[in-house]
Amino acid sequence: MKKLFIGAIMTIGTFISTIGLSLADELLVPHMTYRVGPYAANGTMVANGFTDYFLMLNERDGGIGGVKVNPEECETGYKAQVGVECYESYRGKNALVHTPNSTGITLQILQKAPEDGVPILTMGYGLSAAAKGETFPWAFNYPASYWSQMTSILSYIDSQSGLKGKKIGFLYLDVGYGREPIPVLEELGPKMGFETLYVPVAGKEMQNQSSHWLTIRKEKPDWVIMWGWGAMNPTAIKEAAKTRFPLDRFIGNWWSGAHVDTEALGSKAKGYLASSYTTTGTSFPAIQDMIKYVVEPGKSKTKIDMPGKVLYNRAMFNAVLIAEAIMEAQKMTGKKMVTGADVRLGLENVKLDAARLKELGLEGFTAPLIGGCADHENGGSIFVQQWDGSDWIRQTDLIPPMTDVVQPLLTAAAAKYVSDKSGWQTQTCK
Amino acid sequence: MEILYAIFIAPFVEMGAYPDLFIQALWDGFVAGTLYGLIALGFVLIFKASGVFNFSQPILVVLAALSLVSFYQMGVPAWISVILVLIMFYALAWLVERLILRQLVNQDGNILFMSTIGLTFIIIGAAQWIFGGVPSAMIVDELGFPNGSLEWPMFGGGVYFEMIDVSAAVIAVIMIVILAVFFSKTKIGRGLRAVADDHQAALSVGISLNQIWVIVWFVAGIVALVTGIFWGARSDVSFALQIIGFKALPVLIIGGFTSIQGAIIGGLIIGLGEKIFEIYWGPLLGSGVEGWFAYVIALVFLLYRPQGLFGDKLIERV
Amino acid sequence: MFYRETGQFKSKYREELAAFPLAEDKVGIAILLVIAYVFIPIFGIPGLSYEFTMGAIMIPVFIFTITTLGLNILLGFAGQISLGTGAFMGVGAYSCYKIMTIFPDLNIIICVILSGLVTAVVGMIFGLPSLKIKGFYLIVATLAAQFFLEWAFIRVAWLYNYNDSGGIEGTNKEMFGLIVSGPQSDALTRYFIVLTLLVLLTWLASNVIRGRIGRSWMMIRDMDIAAELIGVRPLTAKLSAFAFSSFYVGISGALMVFFWLGAAEVESFDVSHSFTYLFMVIIGGLGSITGSYMGAALVWVVPVLIKEIGKTVFGFDAFVMENFSIIFLGVAIVVILIVEPHGLARLWQITKQKLRLWPFPY
Repeated sequence: MKKLFIGAIMTIGTFISTIGLSLADELLVPHMTYRVGPYAANGTMVANGFTDYFLMLNERDGGIGGVKVNPEECETGYKAQVGVECYESYRGKNALVHTPNSTGITLQILQKAPEDGVPILTMGYGLSAAAKGETFPWAFNYPASYWSQMTSILSYIDSQSGLKGKKIGFLYLDVGYGREPIPVLEELGPKMGFETLYVPVAGKEMQNQSSHWLTIRKEKPDWVIMWGWGAMNPTAIKEAAKTRFPLDRFIGNWWSGAHVDTEALGSKAKGYLASSYTTTGTSFPAIQDMIKYVVEPGKSKTKIDMPGKVLYNRAMFNAVLIAEAIMEAQKMTGKKMVTGADVRLGLENVKLDAARLKELGLEGFTAPLIGGCADHENGGSIFVQQWDGSDWIRQTDLIPPMTDVVQPLLTAAAAKYVSDKSGWQTQTCK
Repeated sequence: MEILYAIFIAPFVEMGAYPDLFIQALWDGFVAGTLYGLIALGFVLIFKASGVFNFSQPILVVLAALSLVSFYQMGVPAWISVILVLIMFYALAWLVERLILRQLVNQDGNILFMSTIGLTFIIIGAAQWIFGGVPSAMIVDELGFPNGSLEWPMFGGGVYFEMIDVSAAVIAVIMIVILAVFFSKTKIGRGLRAVADDHQAALSVGISLNQIWVIVWFVAGIVALVTGIFWGARSDVSFALQIIGFKALPVLIIGGFTSIQGAIIGGLIIGLGEKIFEIYWGPLLGSGVEGWFAYVIALVFLLYRPQGLFGDKLIERV
Repeated sequence: MFYRETGQFKSKYREELAAFPLAEDKVGIAILLVIAYVFIPIFGIPGLSYEFTMGAIMIPVFIFTITTLGLNILLGFAGQISLGTGAFMGVGAYSCYKIMTIFPDLNIIICVILSGLVTAVVGMIFGLPSLKIKGFYLIVATLAAQFFLEWAFIRVAWLYNYNDSGGIEGTNKEMFGLIVSGPQSDALTRYFIVLTLLVLLTWLASNVIRGRIGRSWMMIRDMDIAAELIGVRPLTAKLSAFAFSSFYVGISGALMVFFWLGAAEVESFDVSHSFTYLFMVIIGGLGSITGSYMGAALVWVVPVLIKEIGKTVFGFDAFVMENFSIIFLGVAIVVILIVEPHGLARLWQITKQKLRLWPFPY
């Protein structure tokens, strides 16, 4: 049995290796996708936006620095175990940067990355503490960590109605991701004088939230902040409307405010707020190029109505940042075929200021992002957008995070993470 | 002492202080309970008529809702979509009978149960392949269900009854009555019960096993469609909906695997129990206890009535 | 021809009862052990990259074989169906993590075994309802265990040392001057440790099953009332089955996190994984140790291969291949249940029987 099995693998293996060789002169940017599974709706948008940008670069500019990019997808179905399988399959293939697209997978490969010399970019997810570049040389969570985002949301609320003496409801998916900002609320609550009502939603109860909203009705918070994901978001918005909670006092984080969450609800979700760091719409020249070179000729799996939507644009920005880092790495090393270690330096030295954004065709798309050795999150600013019944409309200017609050927390968290890891590799920044 | 107060007194004080909230909680529990009951009903139907613990019932709910919405999005009028879905389910029932159940006649119950897990995976894979993963809104308005909500101001607050929830409750009750009558009064219904008791004995008195199985899977499909419409209306139509199916299992334990009334009463016990417990006692345990509380109720029932409230008493011979 | 028993005489009853009464089987096992201990470490699997072979195929397959052995003891030998396997693996992983943080200098292998014992105790507690209920009702009771434990893994922050990430993370652990676990450990070292544990546990299982306890499990499985009448105590038999099975499952959970994944969240132990392990048992063969190996290998490797082949040879989307492997698993279950409810192991036995008579069948 086993022999037969090995024989079978052998024949298959030869196939794989012959094909593997022909890919050698490409820049390999692996991308873990989740086009299937319970979060497939979100995953499809993210995967398309990410891949399309690189395909567009290949079509328009012939790749980056003249080398084609291979944005290879590895399907995980949002399952952590499969993520490890994906990760292993890129070992020894000169992957440039990993995009795990799941906090669970990030945790698993966070420790392995330094050993393999491939940086991890977790844009808008992952471990908050990874923002400390000195402790986590190989992990990046540009443009902002969850903690920074939470402080920005709180300052938004403060600017709208004041926080002192208010009661804030915190409705979150009861997994590592949802629990992440709790330390910030606990830290800031006494300082800013608000009280927090924690309302956890178990993964199995995502679509069954009536008791959570009855709790909210009972406790009468002034605002509700949501750290939700997937089917939890539309259900929460529906229940909020059902319990007559004012939707313009209900604010989601950046994973709780996408078109997939609200489109099906239409006008029922009108007024709902969410934070974001990327603007929606297709008016940007870069996105126009993606439509022209990739989507319209049918070179990707993207349907024509996808570009411009929240998750598509955000995933595209993820790709933009990686492309910039690769370009920077090429510039710094003078090589065309860079390695993971080069891209890590590229990520630390990436410079997406307003001028560069304009050059890329993304003027006003997001806050400028200047990479740094010590600061791997860039303390990014967010803005608040509102659903007007048919589209997300940007409401505010950029809201910076409360760096003075977040930084000590991040430092402590990074120190705690490292405390029980022997042989952890750090770096010193000038 | 404080703990005792928090457990035994404070929740009741709160119930008294905000009666509107309490009534709302009861209503929400009632609606959730009927919907749990509906999913459980799908399990019961098939178990009652074929002794198969059909694990694929939750995914049938998703399949029904997804295909209904997809037909509608393809431009088919709403009610014709419903008919198309029904035809599809009839075909599915026929296929399941032909390709799976017929091959497994007289096998052990565990084997049949595991084969339905296999079926679940086949349906998940195929449906994802065909429909993709984008969630859609359930077409409740197009199907002519009343919109909006009723508000009853009382005790300084108000109680809100969503019209769609009212419809769900009404339709659930109607379906249960019809099914109960169908099972106990019609010839087919008696045939179904005979098959459940003993495959071979039923065959020997001239009941067509194959026909019965197709019918019962089809009826379970109808139940799945109704469930799918109303759960879909509460959140949205996506694959995540199948997780709700796990809620039906404790319902089955309480109601018994073979009782139609039991499914609904079990559903109500779970629905009401978990909402009230979560709202008034949940905070003591850090909230979010709903996920397993239903199972605790079920286990308590199990220890006293291993066959459920209405289940047939198990008689074993050596 | 290949399986010729002529000339193999047994003069003692003990020899008749040995694990491998036939000389051919002994040779076969020896060959397999040589392949596992010598050939694969040196050559890997031809055609696949060495890291991928180790990290994505061999190590997980061995770990899942331990899980499958555990579940098979419960389901295949003792007849108690369980959908809580995922969570019990979690118990193993979290307890190993806790033991490691409380005693940082403890040898990691001892830590893994201790966590197996912890899981055994937890398994016994959740096995208590099996004394009162059976069949499908027991499925629900084990699901209760699954969901309660999942909740506890999130809510009891003590279990993950109040980490902000809410997960447990491994770290470099040394043994005899060699890093055996954690990010800096060599895949080969981990491979040997997991393999050795698997061999030892298989040996233990095969002996326990053939012994007095194992026979009492099978009696309970075949007809519990009859077994009770001839003097098997259901309490000891059922609870020992739960304990023994959970011991295996717990060890595999700890191995999964600390020798393979490196870190884990509650998601790695959720109910969908319980189903996967159930599949491994069914496809491999209920009540068969060989089957546990085959089931684990098939259920884990085939989707990986489908994905790789589909991507590189045919150029299909990952999306299509993922759905295809889900369908494949479902079809495999149904077909195996129809064709041979005792799974691959039974097919293998039939083949063996044929080989025994080949080329002169009756």
